Amino acid sequence: MLHTFRKGGVHPPESKLTASDKIIFVELPREVVITFAQHIGAPAKCELKKGDHVDRGDLIAAAGGFVSANVHASISGTVTKVDKYKTAFGIPVDTVTITATDEDHLHDLDAMAAMKPLRSDEEIAALDSKELVAIIDAAGIVGLGGATFPTKVKLSPPPGSKAEVLIINAVECEPYLTNDHALMLEHSDEIIAGVRMLMKAAGVDRAIIGIEANKGNAIELLTRKAAFDSRIEVMGLKVKYPQGGEKQLIDATIGKEVPSGALPIATGAIVQNVATAYAVYEAVKFGKPLIERVVTVTGPSVERPGNYRAAIGMNIKALIDVAGGVPADTGKIILGGPMMGKSVVQIDAPTVKGTSGILMLPEKDSVRRKVEPCIRCAACVSACPMGLEPYLISTLSRLGRWDEVEKAKVMNCIECGCCSFTCPSSRPILDYIRLGKTTVGGIIRARQQK
Amino acid sequence: MSPIIIAILILGGIGILSALILFIVSKRFYVKEDPRIEQIEALLPGANCGSCGRSGCHDFACACASADSLDNLMCPGAGEEAMGKIAEIVGLTASAAKPMVAVLRCNGACENRPVTSNYDGPRSCAILSSLSAGTTDCPYGCLGCGDCVAACRFGALHMDPVTGLPVVDAEKCTGCGACAKACPRHIIELRAKGPKGLRVWVACANKDRGAQARKECSAACIGCGKCLKVCPFEAITVADNLAYIDFEKCRLCHKCVAECPTKAIHTTRIVKETKVTE
Repeated sequence: MLHTFRKGGVHPPESKLTASDKIIFVELPREVVITFAQHIGAPAKCELKKGDHVDRGDLIAAAGGFVSANVHASISGTVTKVDKYKTAFGIPVDTVTITATDEDHLHDLDAMAAMKPLRSDEEIAALDSKELVAIIDAAGIVGLGGATFPTKVKLSPPPGSKAEVLIINAVECEPYLTNDHALMLEHSDEIIAGVRMLMKAAGVDRAIIGIEANKGNAIELLTRKAAFDSRIEVMGLKVKYPQGGEKQLIDATIGKEVPSGALPIATGAIVQNVATAYAVYEAVKFGKPLIERVVTVTGPSVERPGNYRAAIGMNIKALIDVAGGVPADTGKIILGGPMMGKSVVQIDAPTVKGTSGILMLPEKDSVRRKVEPCIRCAACVSACPMGLEPYLISTLSRLGRWDEVEKAKVMNCIECGCCSFTCPSSRPILDYIRLGKTTVGGIIRARQQK
Repeated sequence: MSPIIIAILILGGIGILSALILFIVSKRFYVKEDPRIEQIEALLPGANCGSCGRSGCHDFACACASADSLDNLMCPGAGEEAMGKIAEIVGLTASAAKPMVAVLRCNGACENRPVTSNYDGPRSCAILSSLSAGTTDCPYGCLGCGDCVAACRFGALHMDPVTGLPVVDAEKCTGCGACAKACPRHIIELRAKGPKGLRVWVACANKDRGAQARKECSAACIGCGKCLKVCPFEAITVADNLAYIDFEKCRLCHKCVAECPTKAIHTTRIVKETKVTE
């Protein structure tokens, strides 16, 4: 009997076109644009000037606070621009543009080919928890599942709470996305090593790797690879969206519910993405900061959909071109998966640490259906994995009744979109809930500052 | 006695008894309210817009009736005349507040600012602005979903179907500022109504550098500073590639209007070159 979370959930079509596909290395771009707010929290601070030379892996912006992360150069080259650049959503942000000469490019390729371990296995075994957290912090590692929460913050629980179990999120419940799946198939040894490092950093003796049953080969492979360490358990989970949500995964794996308003650590669990575990391994073993990641470039009419390993900061359009360009019938381009991803307004923008997928949906699949009146069927209530009343919060939020929106526990919403997905009247439920969440969040912050 | 008469007598008796109780209670527990409050409330617009800083019109009326001075009490919705009458009722002098009017700091009509992406979500500027920079390349200008129109309690705003921008009816606008608060881009500004309704303002909020701003919208302020040079009253400042006219200092000479290369400075005066859009 496979485990899953108890409340709500939906079953969107999986559409994993690139499942079990090999990871394809994308040639290092000659130009990258690096932004400084690639994570949740304060933006990193950059002090580079035009004309400065940086090497691949150099720190270019230091964390701007405790909840923040370092940002590194993903190619060697010269800083050619320190300017505002528009994100894929059209919003201007501070960036630096690094341009590589042929010499820089060859230097990078040589360095990549001759990458040597920085630490031997004995040295790694000798590292203690604090040293590991410091390495993870320095490497600028953030949660690679999409939320980009700085990993070191999760590994330093607030006083009074104690971590008991590390849960590795290898669920990948979003349709279309297969980047974690590909990583697990190709780098299973490294992932297990990364999990062991994370366990040590968090000071826990137990780890559970949660994988949905649609990735049978990954479950089988990781079970075999983790067999030597009895502290690590690979758990197959029943396929259900949004199992990759932190709170849902905790419920599915250890059967505990995170209390409303509390952090997941209240249940004694620390959740990390499987790609984060791999990044931790690379940082500890090779001293390599987070400068590249696997991005699933996919879509029903994409010429060469695949799991592309690309430098962070690479132009989205250039990456799409590697996969065969934007198909002519494209209606929407979405960063992330179709359930939680955001559709972009332009593609001349850099990828960031949180870019897990680039999905190009054909026009016919991407248009919103006609909005009909609510028929009070409560499908959204049954689907909500957080046990909320989406129809109610949505309506109150549309009417601007923020105090009631807050009372209806809008802050518990994880924005998974099950409500909008399941609504037979195609109402934009989540759109208004998100508006309510941002507004109420602002009201709560203002109240706390008083 | 017929049962009908008995029923009438009993019911009538209960009625008289209840009326008596109600009468005694109303006399015994009468809350004495300042009669002026009612008079003041009659002069107020009754929109409960909150622009006076009170929770509603009744609250404002109570505050006026019990105030020692009207210095901090001003209802923009009622206007100067009504405030004068209120001052008479309470026997104080009304504070002299300039009449204000909402002004749109964007001229991104469809012909100036081409639509580059589509949005099919709910018609709400607040939602659209939380998702992306909107359907045009300009990340500062009007989003065109009409949150300001929905916020106006005085029917002073409507969306122009041709330009896709909201239009302020200066006659109806009371300067309460509800639209300015509702706009997620903060491009609606309250400015002095000006003598005879004459006012000059920069109808743009784009802070991008000139070339970039021009690419996004042909009517954008490019921060060239030409207006700054011609202004004889030092009313214009340029910060972040964007000009701003201080309405306290502006003497309505209209030199800047003629000088602006992108026609980003608007006026309510009918002049030959620039058509009034308000």
